[in-house]
Amino acid sequence: MNAVFYIASAVAIISTLMVITRMQPVHSLLYLIVSLLAVSLMFFALGAPFIAALEVIVYAGAIMVLFVFVIMMLNLGREAAEQERRWIDISMWKGPVILALVLLALMIHVLYGGNPGAVSGRVVSPKEMSIALFGPYLMVVELASILLLAGLVGAYHLARRDTDDKEQKRS
Amino acid sequence: MIGAIPMTHGLIAAAVLFALGLVGLLVRRNIIYMLMCIEIMLNAAGLAFIVAASRWGQPDGQIMFMVILSTAAAEVAVGLALVLRFYSRFKTLDADIANDMRG
Amino acid sequence: MFGLFWLVPAMPFAGFAILALMGSRLSRNAIASVGAGTVGISAVISLGLGLRFLLSPPSGHTYTLSLWTWIDVAGFTPHFALYLDALSMVMTLIVTVVGFLIHVYSIEYMRDDPAYSRFFAYMNLFVGSMLMLVLADNLLLLYLGWEGVGLCSYLLIGFWYSNPANGRAAVKAFVVTRVGDTAMALGLFLLFTKLGTLDIQEMMQRASEQWPVGSGIAVLAAALLLGGAVGKSAQLPLQVWLPDAMAGPTPVSALIHAATMVTAGVYLIARMHTVFELAPPVLMLVAVVGAVTLLLAGFAALTQRDIKRVLAYSTISQIGYMFLALGVGAYSAAIFHLFTHAFFKALLFMGAGAIILALHHEQDMFKMGGLRKQMPVVFWTFLIGAMSLAALPLVTAGFYSKDMILYEAWSSHIGGPVFWLAGCAGAIITGLYTFRMVILTFFGEQKTAPGHGPGLCIKIPLIVLALFSTIAGFLEIPRSLGNVPLFSDFLEAALPHAPLIEGSVFIEALLQVIAICGVLAGVAAAIILFARRREYIRNLLAKPWAAYLHELWFAGWGFDALYHALFVQPYVYIAQVNKDDFTDSFYNELARLTAAFHRALSATQTGRLRWYMMGIAAGAAITLAIVVFL
Repeated sequence: MNAVFYIASAVAIISTLMVITRMQPVHSLLYLIVSLLAVSLMFFALGAPFIAALEVIVYAGAIMVLFVFVIMMLNLGREAAEQERRWIDISMWKGPVILALVLLALMIHVLYGGNPGAVSGRVVSPKEMSIALFGPYLMVVELASILLLAGLVGAYHLARRDTDDKEQKRS
Repeated sequence: MIGAIPMTHGLIAAAVLFALGLVGLLVRRNIIYMLMCIEIMLNAAGLAFIVAASRWGQPDGQIMFMVILSTAAAEVAVGLALVLRFYSRFKTLDADIANDMRG
Repeated sequence: MFGLFWLVPAMPFAGFAILALMGSRLSRNAIASVGAGTVGISAVISLGLGLRFLLSPPSGHTYTLSLWTWIDVAGFTPHFALYLDALSMVMTLIVTVVGFLIHVYSIEYMRDDPAYSRFFAYMNLFVGSMLMLVLADNLLLLYLGWEGVGLCSYLLIGFWYSNPANGRAAVKAFVVTRVGDTAMALGLFLLFTKLGTLDIQEMMQRASEQWPVGSGIAVLAAALLLGGAVGKSAQLPLQVWLPDAMAGPTPVSALIHAATMVTAGVYLIARMHTVFELAPPVLMLVAVVGAVTLLLAGFAALTQRDIKRVLAYSTISQIGYMFLALGVGAYSAAIFHLFTHAFFKALLFMGAGAIILALHHEQDMFKMGGLRKQMPVVFWTFLIGAMSLAALPLVTAGFYSKDMILYEAWSSHIGGPVFWLAGCAGAIITGLYTFRMVILTFFGEQKTAPGHGPGLCIKIPLIVLALFSTIAGFLEIPRSLGNVPLFSDFLEAALPHAPLIEGSVFIEALLQVIAICGVLAGVAAAIILFARRREYIRNLLAKPWAAYLHELWFAGWGFDALYHALFVQPYVYIAQVNKDDFTDSFYNELARLTAAFHRALSATQTGRLRWYMMGIAAGAAITLAIVVFL
């Protein structure tokens, strides 16, 4: 299982790198899906099968599909790729890369400071998860559902297509 | 079956993913890309939680990941709706266009 | 009765307070009544006081009214006290009566001016300060009045401040008199340190006890006081401000620059006569300054075109006569001339004002002419004033006062024939320029048609002053003509008689005849040169030396140019060089730094999303670093 974890993390990192460097939006989306799948594999290797499944279903399945829909609606095609190439050149990478490397170095420094130990080998089954959800973390479920309701209403309102000026002014 | 993966390695993987997401966020100008990078970062944070959860063998971290997941879902929905409004107003997806400040 | 005499200065101050606080809300008539009324009440009270003083004078011929203790610090306790003796009585009468007449005149003269209340407020403040000056019991209070009149002079010269030339003239007057005021302040400090008091009578007492005649300290103190007097009275070398002060309204010129403020220097010297007598070199200097100034100003007056400038130089010249009289010890003569001069000079200024008003603010004499028939009241009163100024014999007040000065200049211990000669020459020139002025203005062909003539408020003061200019002289008739020494007897208690070498009446009469002939010759010359044969003047001016002299005298003997080169230009140069000195550069750097900081901070507000995210990420990195490493 260790090998799975390390290979999966390598794949995730490489595909994330591809995400941020592609010019075509659909390409980077697809690489993102690959990255998510790899992360899901990492979850599985860590003993969280339920979450691994959730990751695939919700994240890669729903959220990424939303992205695909939007890209299709906006008709981002060849012109978008051209535009991206114009906007990004090598000199723009310098600052952010340095900043991120600094942050990364700091985090790694912090991480190596303590000695947290190793992953326990136990697999957390879905049963334990549900008991926890219905028990101490009941509010989490309620809150998550309210959050999703808010997101739903907001998204509906914002994405409403306004056909006449009267509605435009009122919104 | 599950071996002794040091927690540090897992967290480092999460940190690297987060850093990559940050780089992408700062470099790209297209809003869709920005949203994607935000997803990467959220995902990396969730990974960190799961690593912590499996370190102690508790479900708590995984529940936290579920919260993060639902947050990401709601945020993506609203965000993409905003992107659509942005596009219909500015006819482009350049994030730097919207830099008018009041006053 | 005497207890009420604090009302005399208080009324004008009250008038000033009312007009300053409420002037903009009062009607024209209310302003006029407050402005002229307060001075009128003061005049009535001082006339009453004068009568009482004459008929039943207080003990010692002085009366001190101490109002309150002004300062009480370490043995220095000047009081706010008013001192009434014969000298201050005369001055008070002049200031209030002439002041009242001029206020009445201004009611009509300034009628169309939008700043009516401001004018009367300043005029009242002036009269109040001048009364404070002449009634002061100690030098500190006198200095308060001194500064007050200087301030009012500045405010009134620059009354029409929207014209920058008026402002410049006001500043010039203020700065030049300031030079004199500084000398006077130094004199005050010296007197106080050496004598321990500023109370005038006390001071003179102690000075005569402690300082020997001719001692250095007395000379220094007297010279410093003289500096102040010279500045305020526009004598050499500080006479340059008075001709330019004519930029103010004519009532201002009449009141301040003819009758009252410029005579403050004469009053000061007369008041502090003990100190001056202890310093004979300074007294000689006073006489010399007077003699030189009267000649210089006389020549300058000969060439002026502006009617007010002629009168300004004439004032400088007449005050020169007063200084001459003071210098030879003839204090009563000087005050008598001050008395008569106030009447006829105010009259002349007011007449000139009436002409200027009728001709729509035309002041150039060469554009006037032939006004004799159309403005008869103004013509006759102006003529009477001019005759008094020129000292035409027997019927004018000016004759008696000028004659007294000339005689006492000849026969005083300190004086001598030289001073008499200077005075006589001055009298000839005075006759010449005075009648030049009269002829150019009233005779000949008319060049500008007058508008509607003056009303009652202008005519009545003119007539009253014309009357005074005639009869005031009869208060002091010399021995050769009847010997009526009323005026000098009245002043005897305050001012000593002149130290005269007693001469015979015959000499006195002879001197008078010579002087009269000189004056009449001057008048005749004026009539011939300006009324009959203008071509003599034209031919004379064609010669280069004559044209040069004309230019020189027109510019007041070039003093303005001299002072400009000597003082103004070096000062301006130094100021320019010093413009970027290190204090300035410190503040400039401070300003530049702030501006740079502002630019830097504004640059961070770009409105771009990625910029802000960069900020957040960098902040997170820094915070993490601080937490980890510190």
